[in-house]
Amino acid sequence: MTKEMNLEERFQAYVDGENKVEPKDWMPDKYRKTLIRQISQHAHSEVVGMLPEANWITRAPSLRRKVALLAKVQDEAGHGLYLYSAAETLAADRKDMIDDLLSGKAKYSSIFNYPTPTWADIGAIGWLVDGAAIANQVMLCRTSYGPYSRAMVKICKEESFHQRQGYEILLTLAKGTDAQKQMAQDSLNRWWWPSLMMFGPTDDLSPNSAQSMKWKIKRKSNDELRQEFIDKTVPQAEYLGLTIPDPDLKWNEERGHYDHGSIDWDEFYQVIKGNGKCNKIRMKARREAHANGEWVRKAANAYAEKQAARKAQEGSAA
Amino acid sequence: MSTKDNWKIWEIFIRSRNGLSHKHVGSLHAPDAEMAIKNARDVYTRRSEGVSIWAVESEAITASAPDESEPLFTPADDKVYRHPTFYEIPDEVGHM
Ligand SMILES: [Fe+2]
Ligand SMILES: [Fe+2]
Repeated sequence: MTKEMNLEERFQAYVDGENKVEPKDWMPDKYRKTLIRQISQHAHSEVVGMLPEANWITRAPSLRRKVALLAKVQDEAGHGLYLYSAAETLAADRKDMIDDLLSGKAKYSSIFNYPTPTWADIGAIGWLVDGAAIANQVMLCRTSYGPYSRAMVKICKEESFHQRQGYEILLTLAKGTDAQKQMAQDSLNRWWWPSLMMFGPTDDLSPNSAQSMKWKIKRKSNDELRQEFIDKTVPQAEYLGLTIPDPDLKWNEERGHYDHGSIDWDEFYQVIKGNGKCNKIRMKARREAHANGEWVRKAANAYAEKQAARKAQEGSAA
Repeated sequence: MSTKDNWKIWEIFIRSRNGLSHKHVGSLHAPDAEMAIKNARDVYTRRSEGVSIWAVESEAITASAPDESEPLFTPADDKVYRHPTFYEIPDEVGHM
């Protein structure tokens, strides 16, 4: 490396060499800010993502389904924690991040603003929503920021059961009565397009992506990931005997990929703006859960302080 | 007592099985050591990842500075004589 290289150029060369950035290393301010925003949003998504599924824990159709769903939702809480921890290594304060979520200042994935009216939705979420999340998270295992990448490796290990349990739910319904099969189809109809939107705007309309790719925070573009997800998912839908609600979906021999119809980005931006079916319910539930936990946090503090005081007293007496 | 969450950050180390060292797995917040262990159990060992947990207050860790890594670690790079391959032993001698 030449001496004339300034810090930013050096950083870029370091990242280009596939080296990981660790918390105390020098990094451009914008790199830190981008990561804090992305990681905290990711954390919020894990946390809010528990709500649509929690809706069905008490009504799961069997004990087997219930323990699986409970375990999955518990995993998502853990994922939130891994991610908040990763953001903390960048000097973000966890309380600030949580306050931003509760005040509505911070964003979380729009997908969780869709309702879960039937049991089949739990299957569709596991299969499609976790499936889309996995595509993104597998890519992020190779992100340039060390703590984020390590959190992703841990998360990916836990995710694969989430998708399998969802697919198994739909498989059971698809093989069931006509009404059950219809329920499965209906949930696919409702979750397909929002799942594709999870990857974000098309590449030409996602201006910040280029810098993230350059810093190797992101390793694949939104459209690449979306295509990957579609290619993987179409045969899975065929196996279920369900129809993907896109008349333009067809295999393109030349490209070696599926072509798909256009995505309703108006809907996407409406939901981001807060006009989705469940934005208000989700935030209300989140705020209430936080407020209802207040006494637990207070009690834990009081207990810790009492124990510490007792220990100090014993120490001085001895 | 403050109503703010004044929980400290703890670094969590897990021994995955006896015979192996504890390895850093991540961090969490807890009001005291006892709760740190309980939380670590819930967060980091849900799939039998460990048989033993260490919780260390983040603040208690002293780390070497990244900008000192050159004077600290590069001197070892040219000391090839610390490695077995530096020494030439004829094949006839056999594995050594
Ligand atoms: Fe997750
Ligand atoms: Fe998941």
